[in-house]
Amino acid sequence: MVNMKVNLCGIEMDNPIIPASGTFGYGYEFAELYDINILGSFSFKGTTLEPRFGNPTPRIAECTAGMINAVGLQNPGVDKVISEELPRLAKCFHKPVMANVSGFSVPEYAATCQKLDQCDQVGWLEVNVSCPNVHGGGMSFGTSPEAAAEVTRAVKAVTTKPVIIKLSPNVTDIVSIAKACEEAGADGISLINTLLGMRIDLKTKKPVIANKMGGFSGSAIFPVAVRMVYQVAHAVKIPVVGMGGVTTAEDVIELMLAGATAVQVGAANLIEPYACKNIIEDLPKVMEKYGITDLNDIINIS
Amino acid sequence: MIQAIFTVTENIPLTKDVMRMTLTGDCSAITRCGQFVNLKIEGRYLRRPISVCDRQENELTLIYKIVGGGTKDMSEMPVGTKVDILTGLGNGYDLTKAGDRPLLVGGGVGVPPLYLLAKELIAQGKSVTVILGFNTASEVFYEEEFKAIGCTVRVTTVDGTKGIKGFVTDALDGIDATYFYTCGPEPMLKALYNATKISGQFSFEERMGCGFGACMGCSCKTKYGNKRICKDGPVLEKEEIIW
Repeated sequence: MVNMKVNLCGIEMDNPIIPASGTFGYGYEFAELYDINILGSFSFKGTTLEPRFGNPTPRIAECTAGMINAVGLQNPGVDKVISEELPRLAKCFHKPVMANVSGFSVPEYAATCQKLDQCDQVGWLEVNVSCPNVHGGGMSFGTSPEAAAEVTRAVKAVTTKPVIIKLSPNVTDIVSIAKACEEAGADGISLINTLLGMRIDLKTKKPVIANKMGGFSGSAIFPVAVRMVYQVAHAVKIPVVGMGGVTTAEDVIELMLAGATAVQVGAANLIEPYACKNIIEDLPKVMEKYGITDLNDIINIS
Repeated sequence: MIQAIFTVTENIPLTKDVMRMTLTGDCSAITRCGQFVNLKIEGRYLRRPISVCDRQENELTLIYKIVGGGTKDMSEMPVGTKVDILTGLGNGYDLTKAGDRPLLVGGGVGVPPLYLLAKELIAQGKSVTVILGFNTASEVFYEEEFKAIGCTVRVTTVDGTKGIKGFVTDALDGIDATYFYTCGPEPMLKALYNATKISGQFSFEERMGCGFGACMGCSCKTKYGNKRICKDGPVLEKEEIIW
């Protein structure tokens, strides 16, 4: 028997696997395929104070070992998420869920988090200061230590739930931003969001994506994730949630060795709807193969 | 939706760049015509969504155009290739609104999903008229197949090398249809929308991430709110479309 249980910011999880925000909707599409209660948790679709349609289409482009998306935070707005999506989710998911929040101003982040703070289903608030697909918000808060800290303080002031700040890899010094969030009271750091990328269609000679640029994800970015999780986990004392191109149980172990307490799985869900189920089923076998009896023993030991 | 492994049993060209692939496997999740499947192609990250042209209990027919690397790879799959496919995706056409004399209008690779639709409408005893639009005579496919199942067929080509010269909307004269179903490039859909007084259903195409409603990659606005082409579509009713 192996132990896959981990504790993320005071909440025990059966295993460290969390589908990443934006790749799992609000859960129901996957609940039709398998019992999603096998998951450690999941991070629901990025939610903003007001409803958003997002960017024009095309929003998706193929890459070698990955993809680019420029969805642009399409969501029904926090009030509808609370009144419609969460009650529907309660029927198929019985564990604490990670609420992913985005915003365009510090007060907006705080207002959205304050509303989600009232929901018993929400275990953690994952505050996205790293969305590359919206202008005048999202990533602009995650590219300076001061702005990231300001969002962190504002959110911490309105909630008692653990606050995890989701960081962008599109920066020169991610460690300074992570440390600023920690000093501002963050309970955890999650990384990496997508890398800013672009494709051009040779036939039309125009960008494939209507928004021109978008977030590059998929197995191609995994080495970048390992490097940045390692850098941040060695610099902060709070837990790190690792993500970026995770596709297999081996990838999960590698990111935990790099310093992750829990691991999110993103783009893999879109091309292999059973990706998280497969990883959770494979994890004990892969742990045994590498002589690991307790996942807690390998966090940040590399 | 189910995930199943299919085996290629035929993969032949119909025209210069349009291919027909037949596969055997579990088709039980394909419950309505107008649905699509999403194929995993070795070496490509995203799956490729292709509309269902025909299906028997254990046989799936797909007609696709070689437009990029993924479909080029598909065209080179030999008989016997195992393919990981998500099947039964999308809402499909609603046949209950057809009336006695439905009109089916397809343009280019928008033609294939109309074949299974035509078969099902004819099985219900409907009098089915089909307009098939292409650019030029060498691109025409499935005219005989639609005739063989009992449809009245009109072909249009933009250059007039076969059938009626012009677009599908130039072939509407004299057709007294009760309802219509269409699939094709967006300019054609829009032209048909404007040229028809009767109601109908439109099948849309969009670049997709997942194909099953998770990623919001293919959203569109409708009069009844935002819809995902992959999950709430690809078929939309005329009354809800916003161009």
